[in-house]
Amino acid sequence: MDAALLIEKIILVLVILGITLLIATYSTYAERKVAAFLQDRQGPNRAGIFGILQPIADAGKMFFKEDLIPAASEKWLFILGPGIAMFTACMTGAAIPWGTEIHVFGYTIHMQIADIDIGILYIIGFVSMGVYGIMIGGWASNNKYSLYGAIRASSQMISYELAMGLSIIAVVMMTGTLSLKEIAAQQHGINWNIWYQPLGFIIFFTCALAECNRAPFDLPECESELIGGYHTEYSSMKLGFYLFAEYINMFISSAVIASLYFGGYNFPGMDLIESSTLLGWLQFAALFAKIFFFIFVFMWIRWTLPRFRYDQLMHLGWKSLIPLAIVNMLITAAVVLFRNQSF
Amino acid sequence: MMNQLPFIIFSFIAILMALGTITARNPVYSVLCLILTFFALSGHYVLLNAQFIAVVNMIVYAGAIMVLFLFVLMLLNLNKETEPAKSYLWQIGGAIAAGLVLVTLAGALKGASDFMVKGGPEASGIGLVKNLGKVLFTDFVVPFEISSILFLAAMVGAVFIGKREKQEGGSNA
Repeated sequence: MDAALLIEKIILVLVILGITLLIATYSTYAERKVAAFLQDRQGPNRAGIFGILQPIADAGKMFFKEDLIPAASEKWLFILGPGIAMFTACMTGAAIPWGTEIHVFGYTIHMQIADIDIGILYIIGFVSMGVYGIMIGGWASNNKYSLYGAIRASSQMISYELAMGLSIIAVVMMTGTLSLKEIAAQQHGINWNIWYQPLGFIIFFTCALAECNRAPFDLPECESELIGGYHTEYSSMKLGFYLFAEYINMFISSAVIASLYFGGYNFPGMDLIESSTLLGWLQFAALFAKIFFFIFVFMWIRWTLPRFRYDQLMHLGWKSLIPLAIVNMLITAAVVLFRNQSF
Repeated sequence: MMNQLPFIIFSFIAILMALGTITARNPVYSVLCLILTFFALSGHYVLLNAQFIAVVNMIVYAGAIMVLFLFVLMLLNLNKETEPAKSYLWQIGGAIAAGLVLVTLAGALKGASDFMVKGGPEASGIGLVKNLGKVLFTDFVVPFEISSILFLAAMVGAVFIGKREKQEGGSNA
């Protein structure tokens, strides 16, 4: 590997990581503003104009809070838990195509950190690792509420991963590739997968909500039953890491949803733009517009729907989503087979 | 050419964590060590240019099966007081049985070099998902289908056992 490519990739990694953290930070602000809007209140408006400095104030508060480690906890695992949650959340951004090419100072930068030919599996792999952060943290706290949260998180993750995987299989069969770059490239213009996979999208989106532990599936931290769920014993920046990881996961999920079903960086009328520099930036902007929209939908749902009961959650996952996903997969397979034979 | 340094690092982690799995007193630590072993093995697969196997190993073993293990162990809340005392006879028996499995595996792999892909797996790209899929659905379609039937049978069996227990519980209550 030559040095220029290495430097390009390192810069890209740092930029993407920086954008991810920035968006996660401001998602906390957006969440409170959206909640305020939906509940007809003002929301944070004291720090800076429109409360724009609120996330920085929150982060400062988190840093200076006392960092408690319970005496009866497993000390190392207690520290490891939030670290794993944060690490797995940040790793997934590597396989997402953030755009095609951007020209900066005469260089052409490919807007994907790693074009793995099994990109979508890589993301599922790291998402399924994410549950360890919650499980280890919840168990190591040595608190029954935390343990309940950890157990709920693990069973919920496993249940919804199945339906998620099955809905992705339908997309993979349709596009014939596991590479996210290819999947995004095939949805040129407005030829998005959502037109062919509406049911798959609904299943995937529901599962994404559950995988991110977002309401109405936030059973692991369900404060009305479990105090704080898996992070009951956590304080200071360790708690901050858990909360932050959730927002990063939300951002990455939105990016995956946009790439799989909503054309990724493609937008209608993209062939009319002749300047490739402008096109590169517009594609980048189009992807982020879609991501912001889905983050908003995530928040919209959280402040609209009440939380599921635990048995309803399992019922929905196993008895509704998985059969639906299998039916969707079979129909897709039949259509793909039929089309391949007729041409 | 295989890069030596990552290979040594992954092997070191794999062996160290495998030892941790069997020596850790706390079963939860055992499972965590096993997860890291699987990670190191995934690293080996990537070095062999078998990305698909690497990721599937991570999703299925490290991501799903180990979560279930951890799930059960956390519920059981095992510790030193509840650990049943095992006699030395059992330990020696276990060591002999495991040793025999090792001998069998080594014996089975002895002739495996005849079936090696020419130029090594990284040159042929057999581990890439496209080639792997083609091979699985042409040359190895019968074993592949048989193993999928085995999985189906296991699933049906699990559902059946789960259902029967529920009915018995209902009749008792």
